[in-house]
Parts: sequence; C-alpha cells; structure tokens
Amino acid sequence: MADPKYDLVIIGSGPGGYVAAVRASQLGLKTAIVEEKHLGGICLNWGCIPTKALLRCAEIHHLLHHLDEFGFSAKDVGFDIGKIVARSRAVADQLSKGVGYLMKKNKIDILEGRGRLAGKGKVAIEQAKKKVGEVEAKHIILATGARARTLPGLEPDGKKIWTYMEAMVPESFPKSLLVIGSGAIGIEFASFYRNLGAEVTVVEILDRILPVEDAEISKLAQKAFEKQGIRIRTQASVENLKATQTGVTATVKTGDREEEVEAERAILAVGITGNVEDIGLEGTKVKVEKGHVVVNEWLATDEPGVYAIGDLVGPPWLAHKASHEGVVCVEKIAGVKGVHPLDVTRVPGCTYSMPQVASVGFTEEAAKKAGREVRVGRFPYRGNGKAIALGEAEGLVKTVFDKKTGELLGAHILGAEATEMIQGYMIARTLETTEADLIEAIFPHPTLSEMLHESVLDAYDRVIHF
Amino acid sequence: MPKQLLMQALSPTMEEGTLAKWLKKEGDAIAIGDVLAEVETDKATVEMEAPEEGVLGKILVAEGTEGVKVNAPIAWLLEEGEDASALKDAKAAPPPAPRKKPKEAKKEAVAEKPQPKPSASQPQRPAARGDGRIFASPLARRIAGDEGIDLTQIQGSGPKGRIVLRDLESAPRGAASGRSSRQRIRRTPGELPSFREMSNTNIRKVIAERLTRVHQDVPTFFLSIDCEIDALLALRKQANEMVAEKLSVNDFLIRAAALALIEVPAANSSWDEKAIRQYKAADVSMAVATDRGLITPVIQSADAKTVQEIAAEAKALAEKARAGKLRPEEFQGGTFTISNLGMFGIRQFDAILNPPQACILAVGAGEPRAVVKNGQLTSATMMSCTLTCDHRVVDGAVGAEFLAAFKRYVEEPARMLLKEAGYG
Repeated sequence: MADPKYDLVIIGSGPGGYVAAVRASQLGLKTAIVEEKHLGGICLNWGCIPTKALLRCAEIHHLLHHLDEFGFSAKDVGFDIGKIVARSRAVADQLSKGVGYLMKKNKIDILEGRGRLAGKGKVAIEQAKKKVGEVEAKHIILATGARARTLPGLEPDGKKIWTYMEAMVPESFPKSLLVIGSGAIGIEFASFYRNLGAEVTVVEILDRILPVEDAEISKLAQKAFEKQGIRIRTQASVENLKATQTGVTATVKTGDREEEVEAERAILAVGITGNVEDIGLEGTKVKVEKGHVVVNEWLATDEPGVYAIGDLVGPPWLAHKASHEGVVCVEKIAGVKGVHPLDVTRVPGCTYSMPQVASVGFTEEAAKKAGREVRVGRFPYRGNGKAIALGEAEGLVKTVFDKKTGELLGAHILGAEATEMIQGYMIARTLETTEADLIEAIFPHPTLSEMLHESVLDAYDRVIHF
Repeated sequence: MPKQLLMQALSPTMEEGTLAKWLKKEGDAIAIGDVLAEVETDKATVEMEAPEEGVLGKILVAEGTEGVKVNAPIAWLLEEGEDASALKDAKAAPPPAPRKKPKEAKKEAVAEKPQPKPSASQPQRPAARGDGRIFASPLARRIAGDEGIDLTQIQGSGPKGRIVLRDLESAPRGAASGRSSRQRIRRTPGELPSFREMSNTNIRKVIAERLTRVHQDVPTFFLSIDCEIDALLALRKQANEMVAEKLSVNDFLIRAAALALIEVPAANSSWDEKAIRQYKAADVSMAVATDRGLITPVIQSADAKTVQEIAAEAKALAEKARAGKLRPEEFQGGTFTISNLGMFGIRQFDAILNPPQACILAVGAGEPRAVVKNGQLTSATMMSCTLTCDHRVVDGAVGAEFLAAFKRYVEEPARMLLKEAGYG
C-alpha cells in the first residue's frame, strides 16, 4: 500500500472536528479536514454562537423595557427582527472565517465537500453527490455532528413548524410560539421570543423543564419563566400538530386534560440525533445505536483506524464536550502520555436563557442515587449585593458535597451570569478541591462570584450573608 | 583558573557522605565560610562551608547523592571575572560515579509491599519528589487520610504525576495509619503482614555497627543502686523558683555524675590496646533520642559547670540533636554517658556502652517507693541507676565506688554546690 497522504483526516469541521485538527497539527500529524457547508459546523453557524447573538438582543430589549427602574426614560423603543437576525448572521460569518484562518495557520488542508468512508484508510470527497476526489489517511475521525430529532407526528416543515435552524432566522417576528421540548435549545428560544414579546407556550413530556438539571433549579427556573409570562406544560404531550394557513394548531394533553393551542409558529426541540447517514458506515464495523456511533473511552469505533467524536457519539450534546473529545482522541492517536478519558461529571452545561442556568457534576438527586451522603449548600441571589445593584436579584447557587470526603459533587446555578460563573466550580471539581479549599478561598467583593463562596459556606453551616 | 571544590571530611571518622542539599546554586557568588551544602555524615547532617571564594561554576554531584567519597570533586569554583566557558578549558576530572543512585530514584527511604499494580494506561511517574513532597489533590489527600492509603506508594496519573482520585481506586487501604482503616487486608496463613521498608540512614548504620561491636567485644557487667531523690527534688524546686530556664532532674544528675567521676577517676576512663586512659575532666555524653536515631551530644567539663550552665547547654544540644543540626565536635568525644529513660516510666534498665568510654549510667524513673528508715516503713522518692562497666578497665569495686559517690551527691545535693568549679 502506498503511504497514506495524511496522518489524519477529520470529517466535519464543527467544534469537535476543527479543534481536533488544530491539536493534531500541534502534535505533528499531517491533517486534513473535510467540510460540506460551513467551517465551524453547527456551533458557529447555526447553534451556540448565533443564538448568543440573538439572546444578547433579548437582554437589551429587556433592559430597554425596564429603563424606569434604573432612572431612564425612552419613547418608541422598538426592534427590527431583520436587523437582529442580520447581526446574528454577521457574528457567525466572522467566526466561521476565523476557523478558516486557524486551519491555514496550522497548515491543515481543507477539503470542500462531503466526506465519506471509502474503504480502509480512504475518504471520498463528494460535491453535489458526485465523487470529486479521494484521500488516504492512517486515521479518520468522524465528527459529523447531529441534527434536530423528529418524532412521528412531530415533523418540521421549515415554514411554520421550525427546528432551531429556522427559529434562528425568522423572516418576521411571530406573535405566538409553541415550543415543543424544554431542554436547553427549547428554553433558549422560548426565552428569546418571550423577551421580544411573543406569547410562548412550552410543552415538556417529563415532569419538569430542563430535565437534566437539578430538580430544585428546574422548579425555580419554571417559576421565573412563568413570571415572565411563558406558559409551561409539563408531563404533557403534543398531538395533532398541524400547519394551517395562519400558523399551527396542536392539542396539548396534560394527563386527562386536553387543550387546543394555536400559535403562529412551532419549534421542535425534542432532542437531536447523530448524522450517521450517508458517511460510508455501511460495510464497516462501525456500530450505530439509537442514532449515535458507538465508541470506546478513547473514541475509537469498532473499525480499526476510524474514530468518532462529539454529538455524533451521543450526549451530552455540547460543543465543549466535542472539542475535548477531539483532543483526547487525537492525543491518543499521537501516543501522548497521560491522556485521560472524558469524565462527564466535569463537563459543565449551560442554558443562556433569562435567567441563565448552568451546572456541573451531580445533581442532588443523582448524588443520592449514587449512594453518596450529601451536604447541600444554597445561596439566593437576593442575598448578594452585586446582584441587587445589577437589578438581577433572582436566582440561586446550589452546591452538593459528599458529606464524608468533602468532594464537590455538583454545582447548580440559576440567575444572571450563571454560565460565566460555573467555571469556578468546574475548576474546583477538576482540581479535586474539597470544601476546605473553597472555604479558604478569598472572593472579590462586590461580585456575583461571592455567591459561589457563600453556597459552599452554607453547605457547612457557615454562611455569612444570609 | 577554575578550581575544583572537594568533599570535605566533616567528622574525624567520615569517609563518605550524602550530599543532602545544595544551599548555593550555579552562578552564586561564594565568600569564604559561606555554607555551600548540607552533608549527611555518619552521625549527623553537617553544613559544609566554602574554603575559598569565587563563583559556583558548575555542580558535579547532584543533591541526594549518597556515598560521595571525601576529597571527591563536587563542584567547580570560578574565580572572579571568569564565566562558565572557563570550565571548558579546565581539565575536567570526571565527576565521581555515585555509588548509589540519587535518592529521587527510589523515593525517600520508604517502600511499601505489596506494591499496587500500576495500570498500563497510566504514566509511571512517582508523585513524591526527592524532597519528600507529594503531589496529590486535596480530595485524594483527604480520602487517603481517611482510609489509610499510603500516598508515597501511588503513581499519580494527573498532570505531572499528581495523585488524583482515580489513582486511589486500586490502592491498598489501611496500609498507612489512617483515621480509620475500614478494610481489613486478607492474608493467607504464613504470609507476613505488609510492611514499610526504611532504608538505613547513615546514623542508623553507625549505631548498628558500633553497638554490635561493643556488645560482642567488650566484657561488661552491671551494678545497680537505688538513690533517694526527695532532697534533690526539693532543691530543684527551690532553684526553679529563682531561674527562668527550668532545671531538670537530669541536669542535676549530669553534675552529680561529673563530680563523682572526678572523685573516682578510674571510672572516667577508656580502654586502648596499649594503655588505659584516665581523663582529667568529666565530659558527659547525654543520650538523646531523635527520629533519626540515638545521638550523644557532649557536655564538656560538666564537673566545672554549674547545674544552671549544664541545663542551658543540655537544652541547646538536645534541640540541635533533634533538628539534626549538631556539629561533629558537639557529639564526638565524651568520657562517660548518661542515658535516662525515667521520663518514659522505666524503672530500671541496662545500657550498652558508648565506646570507647568505660562506663555508662542508665537512669530510671524517680517514683515513690516503700522504704525502711530507722526500722520504720516509710515512703520516699526512689530512683534506680545501673552502671554498665567495661571490665577491662573498671573492676567491680571501682564501679561500686563510683556509684556510692554518685549516690552521695544525689542524696545530699548540697554537696554539688560545695564543690568548686575548676577541674576542667
């Protein structure tokens, strides 16, 4: 066999693929990345980043409508949804170009087209369903990501029944919205549209919204959203979802109760499914289960030389998890010593709604289920000076410690800047600090971060400001 | 011209030593008398001073190297104005091949068995460095403490070999003294319990070698005597009300022994193949237990010093001994040794001679005992002392004479005050 041209070919340039490529280049692997659409993948183009641009606008809108609280007045405050969307797209474009620059800087070849496994150590490149080339690689990483899941009866039409993609680029602002599913994606859109004035109904099949979060946080978040006027139905299902002339209609069943819901648009946010189709898995040993590629702790599939990372291999569906897996996978390939498999209890999760939700590690319930005796600390935003000064006195910082060892098992934040603050606990957990170190740490005053300290103090009956 | 710095003989008996720690680094300016390094000799850790001035150019012997021979080159010293390039021209004597690997390689003196099986996926880097510091996460430390896991025996798999939680999963529990050892280690019949192996320090080796020799080669016998110390205790109490630094019973006993030795010089002697030496001053060695081993700093001319002087000196010497900071001249020599285990409640014991001294006095605890005085049964504070004698030098009668003199000083402590200083 001739020498493969590349040490590594990565299919997909999302946050898993492009980070893996950069790391591979740093480790001296000759690397190429195959991308069909946009460098940066969903995250940069249709996910994390453009939605944050939208949510920033929602925040500004919120402040503009609470100017009086801060001593300001303004008349005729309005928004242009077209401009809001255009800004979001511009942000995405800028970052996508940035990824192109990163590839160039790291001497990574960009192969434009769809990548498909084409026999041992080979990747075919297709454009418009036609094969335009083939490269050889010692190692291949599949990083093709995922897309919105659809369920029977819950299928998007791209016009009135949206997925996150259409929801990100509305042509006009819908006056009412039905959000099906209350994970991070559903809640972020619910929050965005509600803040800009839409009537929003959220339907969740489980008994609480944000079901992966700590139950206490879910409950408080639900209260906060309901206070803003979002209608929330839990333990509820959507039936007869139909697009009509003017919008959508559906029956929401909560137990025995049925209600007809009409809205201009619906968003399907019932999870995601891996992009496992049409990438040449047929005839390989790569196993697919429940829409995701099966890998071992080092992200290797059952097919020698083929690896998979990120959303393609399953939850948690988070960009930073994909990036980390990319690094682990590449380092393992390159024979770097001291590589460790990803530990999901160290992966923070963030929802950028208003209020924000962020967490890392075990929920209180999961910790108890795992047989741990726990000490729980809580500190409300209303006990924090900076939060009150900001006008953001709603929220809670909750910590869960192992009673015996003092291990920080988990941390859960609801409120302003939760997503920026969770890193403190993430580092604490990653460095394996105990409550003793956290109690000794000196937090700056006045900051929201003081609540991180107070919550720990509370877990050990030493809280100061509450 | 660069000059070689040589390992110095830091005690009369030193043939080799462990270069424990460099206190100067390459490039440091050195003045005569600057402390260059700490060297562990056969008896103690000693500071090695610079014999010449200059700039420390290059260190040839790494910290922790054992068995560095006296006069082996350990570093290059540059003259003022020279830089390191001068070393290229200097005829480099090859650095001495260390007899043993630096300590880092085998981890400070402790090896646990059974060893935890290192997992194949983990890098093999010891978390403990040569200076004994262990890199471990706070959580790993706490769990190790709670469950009796010996962290020195664990290969850390975290960044730079840091021990983290996952490294404890397969570690043996209860091996180290933890706050609780929940798990019992199961052993098959005939299998020894797990143990810690502490490689012998120089001081331990010297103790073993010398005591074995004296026990095998020297004919010894033991004489015991009981002393009533109520008067001594009363005097001590009175004296202690007058001084800031308290006097111990042992300080009085050192003085009493020293004076008795001057009275009975035959007991203040040593055997030599050619002649017996009788010393004209009583240099009393006092046995001090340290975590490195037993060491006997010397109070020179104790017969010529007041109890207060002896107390101050004894306290300073004991502190230095425990810190491993005794200078060789502070523990070498001595003409007689006192070993006191009274503070541990030992009633009576026999000591092994401290060669080449002919006698050692083993002092037990002062305790109230029933005694008969003038036909009456009464109580007194009694202390049993046993003299070990080298029979080649000291006969039974001489030993008894010494003990009688000693007892007189102890039981009538005012005598200690009457004796004037000036023998030393």
